[in-house]
Amino acid sequence: MADLVSHPDEVRVISQRFGKGATDINRYLELDGYKAVQKALTMEPDAIINEVKASSLRGRGGAGFPTGLKWSFVPKQSAKPKYVLCNGDESEPGTCKDRLIFEHDPHAVIEGVMIAGLAVGAQSAYIYIRGEYRYLSIIMQKAIRDAYAKGFIGKNIFGSGKNFEVYWHGGAGAYEVGEESALMESLEGKRGIPRIRPPFPAVVGLWGGPTVINNAETLAAVPHILLGGGEWYANLGTPKNGGTRLFCLSGNLEKPGVYELPMGYNLKKMIYDVGGGIPNGRALKAVVPGGSSVPALLPEEIDIAMDFDTVAKAGSLLGSGGVVVIDDAQCIVKFALRTMKFYRHESCGWCIPCREGTDWLEKTLIRFHSGAGLKKDIDNMQYLAENMLGRTFCPLGDAAAMPMIAFAKKFRKEFEDHLEGRPCPFEKEGAVRLPVLAH
Amino acid sequence: MKFSLEFEARFAEMVNNYPTRRSCLVPTLLYAQDEVGYLSDEVITELAQRLELTELDVRNVISYYSMLTTKPRGKYSVQVCTNICCLVRGGEELLAHCANKLGIGHKQTTADGMFTLEEVECIGACSWAPAVQVNYDFHENLTPEKMDAVLNGYRKQNH
Repeated sequence: MADLVSHPDEVRVISQRFGKGATDINRYLELDGYKAVQKALTMEPDAIINEVKASSLRGRGGAGFPTGLKWSFVPKQSAKPKYVLCNGDESEPGTCKDRLIFEHDPHAVIEGVMIAGLAVGAQSAYIYIRGEYRYLSIIMQKAIRDAYAKGFIGKNIFGSGKNFEVYWHGGAGAYEVGEESALMESLEGKRGIPRIRPPFPAVVGLWGGPTVINNAETLAAVPHILLGGGEWYANLGTPKNGGTRLFCLSGNLEKPGVYELPMGYNLKKMIYDVGGGIPNGRALKAVVPGGSSVPALLPEEIDIAMDFDTVAKAGSLLGSGGVVVIDDAQCIVKFALRTMKFYRHESCGWCIPCREGTDWLEKTLIRFHSGAGLKKDIDNMQYLAENMLGRTFCPLGDAAAMPMIAFAKKFRKEFEDHLEGRPCPFEKEGAVRLPVLAH
Repeated sequence: MKFSLEFEARFAEMVNNYPTRRSCLVPTLLYAQDEVGYLSDEVITELAQRLELTELDVRNVISYYSMLTTKPRGKYSVQVCTNICCLVRGGEELLAHCANKLGIGHKQTTADGMFTLEEVECIGACSWAPAVQVNYDFHENLTPEKMDAVLNGYRKQNH
């Protein structure tokens, strides 16, 4: 069970039931549970979609796509059944928020998928949880059983004459499966290889039927939007960036943790005030503001509002809300190497620029970090990464390339300090050098 | 091939949750592995038959997912995360400490069959780094001393 934290600047919407025993369905009902879905049952599907559009809710998985707009892409008529798919395959390094939602408020996710289903005309939903989160799948399975026992899901929900089924599904370890089309492949019992788009999942998704895929945090926000109103939710954030977000503060911080802050909260304040600043008298070196796949920001670049548009303007991405803080005792070459080792391991191997690119970047970084790098390697790595961008069927190639480009550009001096056989300047005396793992 | 009653009950329920039989494959493989210890030839043959797949189909899926294994492991799988958030808070030192304590390296098993050590990718404990998963249990905000206590705790469960 993960520790909870708090800060006076927090605005608790999604996390309002954290630590309040809401895994128990009766307790959840006392805390306004299942009211939103009953309200949704009295609304026309388009009215639900319009409410979500008005909230300016954007996808919390990382891409930031407007949720209401996504739902509106699902065709009204379909010969094949429609589905709602909750993406709880949280695997982006730096991200640990969906974990808390499943742990403390599983019924909010059930309500979220039901409301999404009512909006698009689907009659069943799958909640996909990564395999490592076994304790959470046990919590979610119980929540689903309890909701069936109360008659909240199943046949004739709340006497509306409508049916809605909710199922749990589990993964078995694969970052790539968090990508929407690979997620569907995995749910269909296959390797998580992405699908070619178009057609997009909203038209051809699970088992060929139109499918809405949303991140768990996105869906957990939906019941609150229906009860509080889209306008109320939108006003919590900044223009076009409605609501709040679970920011996962990690790395070299005094008080790391998952904090719910309004969209547009200042990043510098997030680090020095909410996160308590950098421990041990160290200084800030870099911040990765949205999970491992986004370009790092320098200390002089962090006085910005944390919403999708402002962070993009600053040259990075808000991504999954994972804010990784790096102090000046850390080696950026090592950090880049660890990032690339991850992407090499997780690349599914379908697209050559990603499969070969991540492998070459990792190999070059290993050589570089051990002191056998050449000056031209720095330009080569940047060139290689730039040529991976946009040349793959899914964003994993971009996810590997974007941070690499930023590291090589913004920390060139630090790369140069590793040149000509010099040992890593950050390596402590007697430091353990781990053997490089076989593929 | 005989599984537990609990496995059979779960399988019977899951296989009907989807429009196609093979859809329950990934979670079913993991539950089978939890029971048998690894995905043996026997398990693969059995599940392929039940889900109307070839054994090759099943092996293809197994080789994709990092939690699935066709090789026996120790009773406790010690999975140390060294990804970025754990890295900057001592994840590699923790891995080296575990390797020294257990006398084994990555993906190796102790002679008594108790522990397997593995360096893993992000396990979703970033705000509580460095973190380790032993089987499915999370251990967070670790130091080498706390890690010793964790390992001793598992050892004691077997006395």
